[in-house]
Amino acid sequence: MLFVDLIEETFFAVLANKVRSSLTVLGIVIGIGSVVAMISIGQGATSEVSKNIQALGSNLLVVMPGSQMGVGMQVRGGMGSASSLILEDAEAIAEQVSDVVAVAPEVSTRKQVIVKGENTNTSIYGVTNSYTEVKNIEIETGSFISDQNITKSSKIAVLGSDTRDDLFGENVNPIGQTVKIENMNFTVVGVTKSKGGTGFGSSDDLIYIPLSTAQHYFTGSNSVSNINIQVKEEELMVSAEEQITNLLLTRHSITDPINADFSIMNQADILDTMSDVSGTLTLLLGAIAGISLVVGGIGIMNMMLTTVTERTREIGLRKSLGAKNKNIALQFLMESVTLTFIGGIIGIMLGWLASMLVTKFSGTTTVVSAWSIFLAFGVSAAIGIIFGYYPAKRAASLNPIEALRYE
Amino acid sequence: MIECKGITKIYKNNFTDNEGKSIETRALWNVSFSIRDGEFIAIVGPSGSGKSTLMHILGALDTPTSGKYLLDGHDVSKLNEDQLADIRRSKIGFVFQAFNLLPRASVLRNVSLPLVYAEIDIGERKKLVEKVLREAGMDKSHFHHLSNQLSGGQMQRVAIARALVNNPSLILADEPTGNLDSKTGEIILETFKKLNNEGRTIVLITHEKYIAEHADRIITIKDGEITEDVVVSKSKSLKEIKE
Repeated sequence: MLFVDLIEETFFAVLANKVRSSLTVLGIVIGIGSVVAMISIGQGATSEVSKNIQALGSNLLVVMPGSQMGVGMQVRGGMGSASSLILEDAEAIAEQVSDVVAVAPEVSTRKQVIVKGENTNTSIYGVTNSYTEVKNIEIETGSFISDQNITKSSKIAVLGSDTRDDLFGENVNPIGQTVKIENMNFTVVGVTKSKGGTGFGSSDDLIYIPLSTAQHYFTGSNSVSNINIQVKEEELMVSAEEQITNLLLTRHSITDPINADFSIMNQADILDTMSDVSGTLTLLLGAIAGISLVVGGIGIMNMMLTTVTERTREIGLRKSLGAKNKNIALQFLMESVTLTFIGGIIGIMLGWLASMLVTKFSGTTTVVSAWSIFLAFGVSAAIGIIFGYYPAKRAASLNPIEALRYE
Repeated sequence: MIECKGITKIYKNNFTDNEGKSIETRALWNVSFSIRDGEFIAIVGPSGSGKSTLMHILGALDTPTSGKYLLDGHDVSKLNEDQLADIRRSKIGFVFQAFNLLPRASVLRNVSLPLVYAEIDIGERKKLVEKVLREAGMDKSHFHHLSNQLSGGQMQRVAIARALVNNPSLILADEPTGNLDSKTGEIILETFKKLNNEGRTIVLITHEKYIAEHADRIITIKDGEITEDVVVSKSKSLKEIKE
């Protein structure tokens, strides 16, 4: 049997029952489409997270307060819940640890912010001037918090670009205006440049105020939420981490490092943790979509079994004309592979479209990667072979005499 | 040249008798005969006589339990499935009672089906197909019609053309007039007669004596054995038989 003939037979067979063929293909379209769309959403989340973390700045170490463990407490509190880090720790690190370029302690909290009736709930970051350097923050208009603002505990605010859009409207210059945070008036002195990225960890939807102001008016203590440290070079990260650990252990009078009341994370750790989370998310979404693909495959098998039964006499005839078992098997296998392949192509296009619509309407980043398309192609062809194999084998093994007599 | 030597076919059932032996059905018992090239033979017998089994063996759809079947010198009785398919493809042309055309397929596509399995070059096919269609008495205007748009007589002509297209050594017709009215049946039988005159070897299986009388030689089968093998001196047309 020539390949051209195989194609022609498949063409006629698929078109002979258009409604049934298209319903079966639809099953595969939904399966492949949802796999592509789900993986693109999962991958989008992964790329979003790593982009956000990279935007934090390279060679970054973050010291966070350790979990709280009081005397006789059986349960450890959540990480970062203690207030064991204070401003002086940050100053000590800056002075005593070598290879440190900048140290930026921060205090963060969430507050309701009001501007003439517009109101939003956003993160308030109490920071120092070195924060811009450590976190790669650039100023769009106005200026950032100066050392003078810190000493004076001035009530000034620097807005993230999204916060500016929310409170004042897009591209409005808010410099000199007043925002109300917990009934206190803050004067806007600057707006930061958008770093892109949405959702978790966005550095556009927040307000910066001087660290001393935040401690004085909002937290009422000398403690800080965490300390960001920029190290000179990536190779020096390990030694810097060691020095900081020893310094803080001494300062907090802790002898056993196991009891340390702080923890240090570097960029790679954060990236790993977040990639793990979003990788699991991708897998989960893909697996759920995969179930619909299996259901689609069962649809293919069902249709092929019906087709084989319907065409029993035809199979008998073909055998009487000299068709070998493998000719018959190949013909039916080709039919199921063609159906799944068509379903695969339409499914990929629909999945792509779906992920584009998700990006457009929900703002979630989606990434349709080459490997997910190849995977979808491969899987759809494989499903055609796997679920088409049994019906094809059944067709091939029909006895020609009985097949010719079949009513 | 076809030779059958002591062909026996026994079907074993899954049922067992009182003594625990499985029940056997003897469909053919020690059948021997030979067919020369260019003969027109009818095999007659009532239903259940074993003529269908004999046709299946002659058509290489089945193999005998014992005995020898030589087709053009090849021993067909011991071949496996794929080898039997090769024999059917190159040496046998079937014409069935129910025509067995591909539904919703054109006349041309139906007739070229055997060429698909013979892997004949596509360019060559059309010439071969048109030649046998004319031989089978099909009008050129019907070549592109779909099989379900044809009358019974036309369908059987297409089936005959399909049987001829591989230039087989033997044409096996199983009750070819069974689904046709007597007038159309006569035309089909005349077509076989004509093909025989052109040198084709034809074996006609039927249970109707008057149809068998069109052949040059009649083999009668009963209970799996040949009871009669006569050469008809001069074959008559259907009209004469009816009168």
